[in-house]
Amino acid sequence: MNIAVLLRAVPDPVEELELNDEGTDLDRDFLGYVLNEFDDHALEEALLIKEDVGGTVTVFAPGNADEVDQILYTALAKGADAAKKLGDDLGLLDAHAQAALFADALSGGDHDLVLCGVQASDELDGQVATLVAAMLDRPHVAVVVGTRPGDGSIRVTKEYWAGITADYDVDLPAVLGIQAAREAPRYVAVAKIRQAQQAGGLEEIDVEAPESTARVKVVEMRIPEAGEGAEMIEGDEEAAAERIVEILRAAGVV
Amino acid sequence: MSNDVLVYVEHLEGAVTDSTFELLALGRGLASVKGGELVAALVGSGVESLAGELGAADRILVVDDERLAIFDPQGNARVLTTLVRDREPAMVLVPYTSQGMDLAADVAVGADLPLVSFCRAVRADGELGATVQLYGGKVEADVVVDADRAVFAVLSGAASAEDGRSGGAGNVEQVAVDVGDLAIRAAGVTLPEAGDVDIATQEVLVAVGRGIESEDNIEEVQELADALGAAVAASRPIVDQGWLPKTRQVGKSGLKVKPKVYLALGISGAPEHVEGMRDAATIIAVNTDPQAPIFGVAHYGWVGDLFDLVPELVDRVEGE
Ligand SMILES: Cc1cc2nc3c(=O)[nH]c(=O)nc-3n(C[C@H](O)[C@H](O)[C@H](O)COP(=O)(O)OP(=O)(O)OC[C@H]3O[C@@H](n4cnc5c(N)ncnc54)[C@H](O)[C@@H]3O)c2cc1C
Repeated sequence: MNIAVLLRAVPDPVEELELNDEGTDLDRDFLGYVLNEFDDHALEEALLIKEDVGGTVTVFAPGNADEVDQILYTALAKGADAAKKLGDDLGLLDAHAQAALFADALSGGDHDLVLCGVQASDELDGQVATLVAAMLDRPHVAVVVGTRPGDGSIRVTKEYWAGITADYDVDLPAVLGIQAAREAPRYVAVAKIRQAQQAGGLEEIDVEAPESTARVKVVEMRIPEAGEGAEMIEGDEEAAAERIVEILRAAGVV
Repeated sequence: MSNDVLVYVEHLEGAVTDSTFELLALGRGLASVKGGELVAALVGSGVESLAGELGAADRILVVDDERLAIFDPQGNARVLTTLVRDREPAMVLVPYTSQGMDLAADVAVGADLPLVSFCRAVRADGELGATVQLYGGKVEADVVVDADRAVFAVLSGAASAEDGRSGGAGNVEQVAVDVGDLAIRAAGVTLPEAGDVDIATQEVLVAVGRGIESEDNIEEVQELADALGAAVAASRPIVDQGWLPKTRQVGKSGLKVKPKVYLALGISGAPEHVEGMRDAATIIAVNTDPQAPIFGVAHYGWVGDLFDLVPELVDRVEGE
């Protein structure tokens, strides 16, 4: 099975975020990026499928952050067979533009399966996974938590809520929005990533940023004041424990 | 085009979901601003009886196809796209849920409409727009769409489900839609096994997130839970790691809980987690990141390290 995995760099969720002067976007000058966590699961599921039935795993990522090379080399170190960086220094790309880049890179390819994280934290104008599927006119299932490849089709488990799931048989080629891989994403030693870097093997595809067709404009962005409406407990852990026990007492649970 | 607002009716195992009632409540207001009808799209097999719960809508379009007896990501999307193309509603509301995530982009691309995701509020006065939550809930943004029609994927909690619940069906209209050949076929629904602690019935929950760092550390939190006579619950990554069973997961794809006290330790407060716990009577959040969105829903917060706090708490609670 030939699998394409779509990877995206997203602002690091643990970093302190600030807004630009216009208040319409994050201040991206010093922002750190990491691989979207659900894309990491997509990569893991792809590697597991490859281990099951053989084939190849090719990872794609738009070149829109400094961290993208590292993300792609990490994927290679984990076992991806090829890595393609779409453009370089593309700047800010909305979900429609990312999806258009991916769809363009994938069209004409022979991928049986395209895996992508079900969601990313910056997908204001739609999920990339489903947008890519719609643009390529391929069947897709979102919120996938496991796959069993068959012959010409794949059995996927889609998660609903409260532990309810449903299984589907999906004809290939198809696009899946991965929520969680069957197993937690594997770790890879830094030394192996460095090795992959030294071996090279990252292919840069020369493309321009596509025109966005999203038609969604941010008028104002805000970072809500931390703990607005909450009583923030001051002091060290002893003071905090003291106060929390008072709160528990008031709630009648201790 | 029309001034109508079309709501996709999400249902599973014969029950209309709360997300749908929230959308009906939201759509009611939007339809009156637009001066159009609130239209509900009810898709499935043998589902007409559910129309009796959708009295909030002026009109209910029922599409019946036995191949859609179980939600079909492709089939249901085709039906909705066809309805949107034919009826040209001004606004399409889809829940940002497991089903909605299959539909929204398909309909938007298929009907050539803009799509706004992660909506917490939707506006119809003047330009169509929304307030959205981005970056795991850390950022909020007001957006407008550059079009007079759009699809909105709406987060749970945008309106009150109670306000959207109303009997007495509006106009029920059977609509035939040819879904064509399907490349996706449902093979069956699996319900969760009972057996573990039912976190939905606990008075106190001590919930851990990725801040717990390792499976071994859960022990410490279990001690606190034991001292409180509480159960340990978790955010999704903890369950995905296999550190706690799925039955302990709180949130969009887990359980909705309403304990007297919810103690959130090392949980960032992503919208998908918050929708499962924001109705707890008292929420106490502990997080090293002062910007963590969990502090936005908490009643009490402490910025600090959970590993410093938990032993202190265990001591004091055991002393009570
Ligand atoms: C379709 C879908 C459904 C989902 N369903 C759910 C769901 O049901 N439930 C759910 O929880 N998530 C769900 N998610 C995932 C959700 O988007 C988040 O990824 C998840 O909630 C994050 O979990 P977390 O807060 O534990 O981890 P993180 O976001 O990584 O946060 C960890 C937090 O711990 C803090 N921290 C670190 N160390 C410490 C320390 N020593 N002391 C105190 N604080 C510390 C950090 O500051 C950070 O805020 C879903 C996602 C999707 C796409």
